[in-house]
Amino acid sequence: MQQSNTYIIVYSAVLTIILGLLLSGSAQVLGPWQQEAIALDKKKQILGAVISAEEIAAMTPEQVNAFYSSRISSTVVDLTGKEITTEGVSAEKVEIAKDYKKPAEERAYPIFIYHAEGNPEAVESYIFPMYGAGLWDAIWGYLALDTDMNTIGGITLAHAAETPGLGARITEAKVQERYVGKKIFDESGALVTVMMQKGEGKEYGDDAHKVDGMSGATITGNGVNNMLKAYMGYYESYIKAKSTPKAAVAAL
Amino acid sequence: MSTETLEKEVVVKPSEALLSKRRKKLITDPLIDDNPVTVQVLGICSSLAVTTQMQPTLVMAISVIFVVALSNFAISLMRNTIPARVRIIVQLAVVATLVTIVSEILKAFAYDMYKELSVFIGLIITNCIVMGRLEAFAMGNKPYDSMLDGLGSALGYSWIILTVAFFRELWGSGAVFGVPVFQYVSSWFGPDFKLATNGLMVTPVGAFIILGLIVWVQRTKTGYVEH
Repeated sequence: MQQSNTYIIVYSAVLTIILGLLLSGSAQVLGPWQQEAIALDKKKQILGAVISAEEIAAMTPEQVNAFYSSRISSTVVDLTGKEITTEGVSAEKVEIAKDYKKPAEERAYPIFIYHAEGNPEAVESYIFPMYGAGLWDAIWGYLALDTDMNTIGGITLAHAAETPGLGARITEAKVQERYVGKKIFDESGALVTVMMQKGEGKEYGDDAHKVDGMSGATITGNGVNNMLKAYMGYYESYIKAKSTPKAAVAAL
Repeated sequence: MSTETLEKEVVVKPSEALLSKRRKKLITDPLIDDNPVTVQVLGICSSLAVTTQMQPTLVMAISVIFVVALSNFAISLMRNTIPARVRIIVQLAVVATLVTIVSEILKAFAYDMYKELSVFIGLIITNCIVMGRLEAFAMGNKPYDSMLDGLGSALGYSWIILTVAFFRELWGSGAVFGVPVFQYVSSWFGPDFKLATNGLMVTPVGAFIILGLIVWVQRTKTGYVEH
């Protein structure tokens, strides 16, 4: 009887239904915790652009949330740098991976603003989310610019499926530190961003637009370069608008 | 027909102790003498991939223990109903469900681990130890015994990958469970002294070497030879 086709079909169908129920049940029950974990992870990545990974690792989830809400404010702009004030649009809610599929003009560009401790008026840096393609899958990151809107204060990079030990090294502090202090504009004010070079082990200390590469991960490095170039381009009008008045004041 | 059932009722075996000698052997055999990694040479892929650090390795080990023990138990419960012609796919469906649940739990409560292990957790489904135990044991034995057998095999796998991870993290990153041991030790010998780490240990090649050494030591002790 167990060898009959009917038995096999009915057995498979029942098994599928039971296992399906188990799976959707566990997804339903665990859903809220997962959402929370994802939101917390995003906050950690944003903060990672301005404070060190060790400091973040030492914080409890509550401390991360408290730190984030006291020090970070956010805004959303369009391609021309104009603020989007439509009801329901917030930087935390923008899903950059989904927006990435739209044409550049239609996307919303979130910006996270890092405020000085104890002084919510003073801005320490602006954090810009980025998204692009690595070798195997998506890569993304957050770039913090100092208030001169030119010097990189820090960067966090993350990936979906880069090769461990090669492209996946973009998540290492050692690689990300190479960007600190580099400039995105050249002396004439043209956007050149920072390019990760091919090969590893060279010093680019005096070149403000080059960083040492990752050996064996040139394509991931190119992906990071393209992502930086593209997103700094998208944010350029906002960056220019923020930096011009300050430069004028400094000139006086 | 009726005489057969009568006979069965007459022979009432005294129930076996919860951890009788035979059952203990189910757990202890796969630890050394019949170790799934070093003797049966199964589950090598994940032993090489996840063992750069102790912490993710520990999470992986716990996940494998959970999946192997429970899938052995579940399949053994179902063993008399599973149609022989589709048994592999039935086993696979049960294993895949358990693995997905593990992955969902990690995503909810240990998101960093989930990110680090994501691909490898999914690959527990294809870990030969799981299917191997289902086919070789759970399909022909009682649920409780099967669970013990799965537990034994998974523990055998776990201690091997944890040992590999210990040496790889120690020599590769100079740490154990993220505690920078090399830094402490170096500081005892003065400020200029620095214990060097070996980059080879961070790559899968390092795992191959360590695993090979473990197999060597073990076979020298047990006298096991490949036939």
